[in-house]
Amino acid sequence: MTRNTIPPKASRTEGRGGGLPGSSGGPSPRPGPVSAASRTGGHAGAPMASRAGGSPPVDALLTALDAVRDPELDEPITSLGFVASCTVSAAGDAQVRLRLPTYFCAPNFAFLMVADAYDAVSAVPGVRSTEVVLEDHFAADAINGGVAARAGFARTFDGEAVGELHDLRADFLRKAVMAGTDQVCRPLLAAGTSPADLPGMTLGDVPPSTALDRLRQRRAELGLPSEDGAPLLIDPATGARVTGDAMPLHLRRARTTRISIEANGGICRGMLRHRYDSQGLREEKDSEGRPAVWLSPATRR
Amino acid sequence: MYEKNGEKYFVVDGHMHYWNAAPDNWVPGAEQYAKGWIECFHAYQGLGPPETHWSIEHFQKYSEDDLMKDVFEDGYVDVAIFQPTYLKEWYKEGFNTTERNALMGERHPGKFVYNTRWDPRDGDQGLEVLRRNVERFGSKGCKLYSAEWNAGSRGWKLTDPAAYRYLEACQELGVKNIHVHKGPTIWPLDKDAFDVADVDHAATDFPGLNFIVEHVGLPRIEDFCFMATQEPNVYAGLAVVIGGLMHARPRFFAKVMGELLFWVGEDKMLFGSDYAIWEPKWQVEGFMDWEMPDSEEFADYPRLNAVGKRKILGLNAAALYDIKVPDEFQLPAEAGTPGAHEVLGESEQQPVAGA
Repeated sequence: MTRNTIPPKASRTEGRGGGLPGSSGGPSPRPGPVSAASRTGGHAGAPMASRAGGSPPVDALLTALDAVRDPELDEPITSLGFVASCTVSAAGDAQVRLRLPTYFCAPNFAFLMVADAYDAVSAVPGVRSTEVVLEDHFAADAINGGVAARAGFARTFDGEAVGELHDLRADFLRKAVMAGTDQVCRPLLAAGTSPADLPGMTLGDVPPSTALDRLRQRRAELGLPSEDGAPLLIDPATGARVTGDAMPLHLRRARTTRISIEANGGICRGMLRHRYDSQGLREEKDSEGRPAVWLSPATRR
Repeated sequence: MYEKNGEKYFVVDGHMHYWNAAPDNWVPGAEQYAKGWIECFHAYQGLGPPETHWSIEHFQKYSEDDLMKDVFEDGYVDVAIFQPTYLKEWYKEGFNTTERNALMGERHPGKFVYNTRWDPRDGDQGLEVLRRNVERFGSKGCKLYSAEWNAGSRGWKLTDPAAYRYLEACQELGVKNIHVHKGPTIWPLDKDAFDVADVDHAATDFPGLNFIVEHVGLPRIEDFCFMATQEPNVYAGLAVVIGGLMHARPRFFAKVMGELLFWVGEDKMLFGSDYAIWEPKWQVEGFMDWEMPDSEEFADYPRLNAVGKRKILGLNAAALYDIKVPDEFQLPAEAGTPGAHEVLGESEQQPVAGA
């Protein structure tokens, strides 16, 4: 399957109207972040019985789920630890259980993750039916039912929403582009590139890195230029090149946006670990995750 | 009072609670929400040091004695500001109401500031209650939780016309400190519930009020920073920044502090423990010991010295709330103005604190 993180089919569960403008815009030159586990592809841990029956291995489902991101945190739901379980029967009936850091996580983002997971798993060859269940969430029944019925967000939350979630998703992709700009530019500056040179640089001028791939991918999802000749610094709302005068503030905002997203990720991971003491499938620690001793709450009184 | 290196610091806890979230207070039929809410808070406590964690039973309902010991005796706090959260759809008597707080606080004169709250969906009746609360409890501030559920509605915005009626009333009544707390559900649900644009508009339209954005807009720190830097009457409430990051994610804590110091500045940042989510003791101690790391990663952030810490820990909030601070805790004259952008500076200082 394509690793484009908003599969063209995403609109099925998000209601009419299709995905983001330009969401299919251009193939990514490289895949997005690939977890260590996902590199094993379908070769590890696949129950042979189910493969013999023609259904896909669980690993293929998890690799599909690697491409589903938390839109706020801009990280795969797998590495965040949100995938509690994932099974597929010999006949190809897939079941995924998702969990979130709190009972009150925002229902719109929760819906997107459940809907995207549904679409990603459904698109795996050999999957006959898909069930995605969000657990322990105040709006779980509405979200699970709405996604299963492919009702879209507005119908799922009838009277509480006026539209689908495309604009919300695009807003957070733009934040991801800002954060990605910092991830790409800071190493350049540390390596001696002068800030004054950045506005004149193109994506093709930047040495290859995972961060650069990721930035290109997010820009492509928004329909923004992502090819080698495209400017490195652009306004994610308009796609316009950032000029020298605007560059210092642009970089400052990029940095703040990145830190906000990463700090949120840290808090979410900590809350999830407090809530569930089991590892999620393909869960990864963040850069300063605390050791396990921190994870178990002591009882003082 | 906190003392370090022979220096004494006046401590105002700008954000704390006295709640009852035990099953005896759960609304029949809404038990799952009452339970989910307090469990979510409890998970936040998990981000603090293990030796400060409580059992869920203790966390649901702690006593007056617990609070007085944790906050004042052990926690270095001189004056604490109650920030009520009602949630009456889930908790029979409310989660922590102005009345519950004041009833307890009356037994400890000079220790507490009683903020109240309002909900624009409560109409004329709510305005009347606001007036009565200000009269009874002398409230100079209010805590707004915009994601509170109310008769089928999942939330509101500061820019709602009904909210502007209340903000006008606040201006008239001298309720000049508006603490804003965003939550996950507002109407319409397809928009970002944590968006702080409404605070931006309200702050511009009500220059006579101070807007303290609690939890620095988390999870929208960046939007908060970009907004706060443009609005002289917008402040950063640090509850959750210190409690949720300082121990659990020290590098992110330093970066978030760096961002806040850069965009908002030390004159406009207010300490809050968010008790009983976290006890103030370890937060005050850790914050006073904290320094911006020296490595390259943090090189372009402003530094925070003892003067800045003095402001954040107490003097900024004292300025906003006209809390009288004894001379020994004051800054030298050349050290700047705590709460610098306070816009009702002409009001006289009143002895709210018995310190």
